[in-house]
Amino acid sequence: MSRARPEPMQVVKQRRDAALLALAGRVPYIRFLDIGFDRRGDELTGVLHFDEKLIGNPHLPALHGGVTAAFLEVTSIITLSWSVLWEDVETGALTQDDLEAGSLPRLPKTIDFTVDYLRSGLPRDAYARAHVTRSGRRYASVRAEAWQDNHARPIAQAHAHFMMPRREV
Amino acid sequence: MSADKIKNARDFIECVPQVLALKMELVEIADGAAVIRMPYDPQIVGDPETGVIHGGAVSTLMDTCCGTAVIAHPDNPGGTATISLRIDYLRAAAPGQAVTARAECYHLTRSVAFVRGTAHDEETGCPVATATGTFTVETKA
Repeated sequence: MSRARPEPMQVVKQRRDAALLALAGRVPYIRFLDIGFDRRGDELTGVLHFDEKLIGNPHLPALHGGVTAAFLEVTSIITLSWSVLWEDVETGALTQDDLEAGSLPRLPKTIDFTVDYLRSGLPRDAYARAHVTRSGRRYASVRAEAWQDNHARPIAQAHAHFMMPRREV
Repeated sequence: MSADKIKNARDFIECVPQVLALKMELVEIADGAAVIRMPYDPQIVGDPETGVIHGGAVSTLMDTCCGTAVIAHPDNPGGTATISLRIDYLRAAAPGQAVTARAECYHLTRSVAFVRGTAHDEETGCPVATATGTFTVETKA
């Protein structure tokens, strides 16, 4: 028996991008901070688009530490949720119609969040990636880092625990 | 607390764009302590199904309040920056309610300030979140 023909690339991309948009686009606070997500396959990079209102120290100037923490938290939540959603998007268990109707699982809830500030955030775009260290049925551990011009010189790193949304059986 | 320090602390937060964007208000300030209120705003909702605000906005409130407490400490000569901050989210903030953070700088060395804080919504009792942080102590230029 021959293997099923792979889907056309455009179909795959469209479905994945629609899922990502449905996931992140519905959260007002993500729009408030103007955070977008770059996707390469299943790998996500958060992009914090710079705006004057994100400044926390007007004298330097520097990004507000709270914004940097929030950016890492948003990237962690979306990356974690995306990793759980991925299989359903790939198998087609979650269809384009479901996504458009907004029937997505609830987002994970933050239990605790710890951030280390390594360098001051410059008044320009920042990037972040989160790594799901463990994703269990009830709890998940995630670490994340944010950088600007140079990935090897991160501005902040975080680790956090989340409570996973109950999944319907 | 000297009028100078109060003015410094007030200036520290009241000209900050992100603080203005979140409509935070300095409620109280004393030696090594600060109280800051953040009103409810549909823009900072993190869960569109329930209207609960995002943890990130609570982080920003906590960071601002803890930093203000450090600046308000009588032995701190200048400004400050966050070294690390941990937030525990005890429960969801009630939708529609303001969140008020209280922070206390309980120890200060020549280089490090140690701070703890709590955040409450308009219900009394269990806080929405607690915070512990370490901050830099800048030497006066």
